[in-house]
Amino acid sequence: MEDRLLVTPAPHMKSTKTVQGLMLDVVIALLPAAIAGTILFGFRSLLVILASVASAVASEAIYQKAVKRPVSINDFSAVITGLLLALTLPPDVPVWIPVIGSAFAIVIAKQVFGGLGYNFVNPALAARAFLIAAWPLHMTRDWLNPMTYEALSSATPLVGFNATGQAGLTLTQMLLGQRPGSIGETCILALLLGGLYLIVRDVIDYRIPLGYLGTLALGTWIFGKPGALFQGGALSGVFLGGAFIGAFFMATDYVTSPVTQRGRLYMGIGAGLITLVIRLWGGYPEGVTYAILFMNLVTPLIDNYVIPRYYGSGHDAKARKAAGGETR
Amino acid sequence: MITVIKKMIGGVPVPGKKELSEKSPIEFAGIPGELVLFMSQHIGAPSVASVKPKDQVKRGQIIAEPGGFVSAALHAPTSGVIKAIEPRYHPVLARMSEAIVLEPDGKHEPAENMSPTASDLDGILPEQIRKLAREAGIVGLGGAAFPTSVKLAPPEDKHIDTYLLNGSECEPYLTADHRVMLEQADKVLFGFRALMKASGVKRGIMCIEDNKPDAIEAIKQAMSSYDGLELAVLSARYPRGGEKQLVHAVLGREVPPPPGLPYDVGVLVSNVGTAYALAEAILTGLPLVERVVTVTGEGVAKPSNFKALLGTPLSYLIERAGGFTGTPGKVILGGPMMGRALKSIDVPVLKGTSGILVLTKEQAVEEPILPCVKCGKCIDACPMGLQPLWISAHAERGLMEEAESFRAMDCIECGCCSYICPAKRPLVQWIKMAKADITSRRKAQR
Repeated sequence: MEDRLLVTPAPHMKSTKTVQGLMLDVVIALLPAAIAGTILFGFRSLLVILASVASAVASEAIYQKAVKRPVSINDFSAVITGLLLALTLPPDVPVWIPVIGSAFAIVIAKQVFGGLGYNFVNPALAARAFLIAAWPLHMTRDWLNPMTYEALSSATPLVGFNATGQAGLTLTQMLLGQRPGSIGETCILALLLGGLYLIVRDVIDYRIPLGYLGTLALGTWIFGKPGALFQGGALSGVFLGGAFIGAFFMATDYVTSPVTQRGRLYMGIGAGLITLVIRLWGGYPEGVTYAILFMNLVTPLIDNYVIPRYYGSGHDAKARKAAGGETR
Repeated sequence: MITVIKKMIGGVPVPGKKELSEKSPIEFAGIPGELVLFMSQHIGAPSVASVKPKDQVKRGQIIAEPGGFVSAALHAPTSGVIKAIEPRYHPVLARMSEAIVLEPDGKHEPAENMSPTASDLDGILPEQIRKLAREAGIVGLGGAAFPTSVKLAPPEDKHIDTYLLNGSECEPYLTADHRVMLEQADKVLFGFRALMKASGVKRGIMCIEDNKPDAIEAIKQAMSSYDGLELAVLSARYPRGGEKQLVHAVLGREVPPPPGLPYDVGVLVSNVGTAYALAEAILTGLPLVERVVTVTGEGVAKPSNFKALLGTPLSYLIERAGGFTGTPGKVILGGPMMGRALKSIDVPVLKGTSGILVLTKEQAVEEPILPCVKCGKCIDACPMGLQPLWISAHAERGLMEEAESFRAMDCIECGCCSYICPAKRPLVQWIKMAKADITSRRKAQR
């Protein structure tokens, strides 16, 4: 009997949190936005979502089989990537766009670096950036009007907002997502529901969305109206475009965001600033993708410099001061 | 004066599991067929045997002298004959180690020279208490087993103003301290006041987690007859009872990084079991030959709190607790967070053994280890403000200097990081390895 006793190092008790459970929570949190997108932009968007998820999961399985690594599709991270990419695509894109995009996300942005935990940029956003570069027309033209599912002849409301400071939408329309835009980015209520779920479940740190949306709202209020200061539409600034989905679901990706609480706040603020600059003074109408990708790249730097205050550090500071040395 | 304290750096909420044994009164476990008493019962130098095989000994009689300044005496827990002095498997050192093997005669006959020193603290001088603590072989019973007489004599330049008596018992499952406070509140406070007197400290604070309301009530009652004692009720959160955590929560002071000790910020901390043992030694003359051990877990039939003779085999205590329920999966010396998994239950109770935890086959599963997803939960959980993921990542690659630069040596090995990690990475294990490596390199440089 006794030689069968399990001998492993302490602790002998573990929390019930698992990577799989956390990822599943993110999938659950994205469902309201996916459902809203399907209602707003029709069956086509559901097709885009399904194609994207299927491609992401299949790419992961095929790649891992090919390089003889254990297949890890049951951790739900590929599902999230597929889902996230689809939700940031225009609803009328051809179905091969999400298929190629998700394959790129999984294979090029994630698996070649070693898979979950080793990628340095958010796979869905990397794929989105790739798609914008490769098929710019599809990525910036294939919009639909909500509920009527008609192709859009004009630009999205964000383009007009950036130029004039006027959204041309009521608050209700913005909250319900009744505007042209990417499949999952328009319905603010659905995103908020999912985001709050993740915060309450302690899956994501509120500091990233708070820093991001706070900075963007403040900046838009100050600089958002051309030719005038402090008259911009703060709410429209965060409700239009992809800032909401980016702040709650993209910038909070564990692997590519800082590990400390303070670092995450900086990540949020940094992404908010870059988004603002691109929108107001840059050539692109939307800056969320590049803002978060840039902050992904800066994350190792943030982790290097932003370190938590350690217990007993006051004594070291005192000792340094007493020794006349420099204080840090 | 009673204060309620909630603040804490990091930590994790753990399932208490105290309900298994907290209602079981302390009962004497009995005299087993053999007692194994290791010379290494504590931190510091091993004791030196003062008996030979075939010697007759009585309960309380000294059988080993302190082997240095930081060391403790060892006494016979019951009457009988010394069967052998030989190496046995030491469950904490995890290697063979010299032990005195005693065969009890069942008479439990006390030594003649065992008598009370005083009946109250007015009749005893501080240096007498320190001498008694040394002669009675008293060490900290919280787990680390640091000789109490040494703790009571801090360096001259340290000005101690506060003594904390630690009854937090934050390890899940364990209820030994809980029962001692509940059943022996008067003796615990007597011992506490003796500790304070011996170290010349005027301010004493009893520290208890709020998940032991009956013990808090008992201590409150007993405290009402003394001036100068305070009570701190702390919210239950692991590792609340860590010495450094307690000093910070109760007094707002932070112990300096290693080799800093609580006395560097004017504080001494002892465990309630230690105070109880010292009270027994003063009031009855009985040296440290027995202690309260919780035998618990889903894997034992009747979770219990025993007063066990030192050297009692764990197998004997488990039998007394109704034996295993089904096939045991894991047997742990101590609590589930910091305790040590044993490969055999044929090892004895040591001075620092607060509990024996038996987990079932279903509970004792090894989960696959996944790559770090950098969720940062280990950082939020670390009560020392460290970044366990980086320390362990460097240690895993053998980069011990980098691990050290991330303050590996500050780690108190509480296990919060491993507990919270969703990827089930053995973070604290890697950090312990880094610490061992850094320590041995420092020694080699000297």
